[in-house]
Amino acid sequence: MATNDKLIQVIDLKKYYKKGEIKALDGITVDIDRGDVMVVIGPSGSGKSTFLRSLNLLEQPTSGTILFEGVDITNRKVNLNVHRQKMGMVFQHFNLFPHKTILENMILAPVEVKKVPKDKAKAKALELLDRVGLADRADTYPIQLSGGQKQRVAIVRALAMEPDVMLFDEPTSALDPEMVGEVLDVMRQLAHAGMTMVVVTHEMGFAREVGNRVVFMADGKLLEQGSPDDIFNHPQNERLKDFLAKVL
Amino acid sequence: MISSEGFQATFRYISMFVEGLVCTVSLSFLTVIFGFMLALVLAVLRLSPWQPFKRLGLDKNGHLREEGFLSALGRFNPLNFLATCYVEVFRATPMLVQLFIIYYIVFADVSLPTFKLFGSIRFDRFLPGVVALSLNSGAYLCEIIRSGIQSIDGGQTEAARSLGLTQTQNMRFIVLPQAIKNILPAIANEFVTIIKESSICYTIGVKEIMFAVASIKGATYRIGEPLIIATLVYFCLTFPTSKIIAHFERKMSRGDKR
Repeated sequence: MATNDKLIQVIDLKKYYKKGEIKALDGITVDIDRGDVMVVIGPSGSGKSTFLRSLNLLEQPTSGTILFEGVDITNRKVNLNVHRQKMGMVFQHFNLFPHKTILENMILAPVEVKKVPKDKAKAKALELLDRVGLADRADTYPIQLSGGQKQRVAIVRALAMEPDVMLFDEPTSALDPEMVGEVLDVMRQLAHAGMTMVVVTHEMGFAREVGNRVVFMADGKLLEQGSPDDIFNHPQNERLKDFLAKVL
Repeated sequence: MISSEGFQATFRYISMFVEGLVCTVSLSFLTVIFGFMLALVLAVLRLSPWQPFKRLGLDKNGHLREEGFLSALGRFNPLNFLATCYVEVFRATPMLVQLFIIYYIVFADVSLPTFKLFGSIRFDRFLPGVVALSLNSGAYLCEIIRSGIQSIDGGQTEAARSLGLTQTQNMRFIVLPQAIKNILPAIANEFVTIIKESSICYTIGVKEIMFAVASIKGATYRIGEPLIIATLVYFCLTFPTSKIIAHFERKMSRGDKR
């Protein structure tokens, strides 16, 4: 990048419902640099997911600006599809396409959006599946997989588009406890490989160990941010202290 | 009274039933085709994202306005509005009224060619029948298709869009294949309804099965026996139709099995 290593700049982002009665996001300003693993924590209803979903405009903000690679993507006149390709997203409920096999799930976007030749897309998909230990499941349908397997597929499906950033929206919240580890392992590998990641999660262990920045949100506001050490060992904000006392 | 003599008398006119059967089948078949095409167009219109005044709903930074007349105007979709009007009018008025309006008013001054299809079906009555049935079933099928599309979990669209698929690609690869599978039973139902509803066309002199019943009644003074035969013929038409669609339904649900 010619400009700087700021991948995403969020400036005074607001999302109001019911004409401002409900403030899901109340003026968030934050930068996400290349290589960052930013973990967003906070009590439920604090606007974490709304914030994450705003980053690729699945949620249309009321006001504010999001610069992605220097382009203001909140301007409705820009072609969002071009930018969304570069932002992989993983959802709480996986959202695999049930009528397509695992392999078809993975090659759909590369083939149809990026116009990658089918053979190449397949080879790449199988390589990615192999990396998460699911190459043998390529021809099965999503319903035949466990929750943890589905989420691993969802992660590599997003990776197949070779995104510049990966957004995780509570990726382990819908999983049985014994499957959380396998998904976090994949995410950990991804972080070590240098992927820029924004992760909304309740997994404090993961936040501490893998994140290089932790952001605490409550009531639609960004109340505190810093290194995992700052946030978990030296919290300043009363709300944060209160939150940590409950979850740790 | 039902009697074997009555059946014998009726069977002398069996060729009228055959003609009626041919007519009912062609009437229903054409209605299904035109009705479905119309419904697809209507459903696309109803779900179209076209907002011609969108720019008016944006403020100077290119953001959506929150409230006010301009915001409503920005969201206004004339295509959706027109399609909705059409559907509501056709669903809220009786089929018989629609048929009469089409036949006696719309086609009143149109001189249709009077040739006969298959040697017995008068085209100038058959065509208005097809038009009226298609317009009516198009409205119902449109709502089936629309609800099928809207029944697909929003997460599917979110996943597709987050991968960079356009709205059209999302429809084609993700939403429609799943929606069609879900709505097949309702579509089968509508097809069966069309076969049965086509009997209404006898009121404008289309020689379908019920027309045959009325004619035979006039000739033999028997009503019970022709009605029983008509019932059987209708059942033999509708039952296989729903069975065939059920077969396709099973074929399409491969992603549902563990």
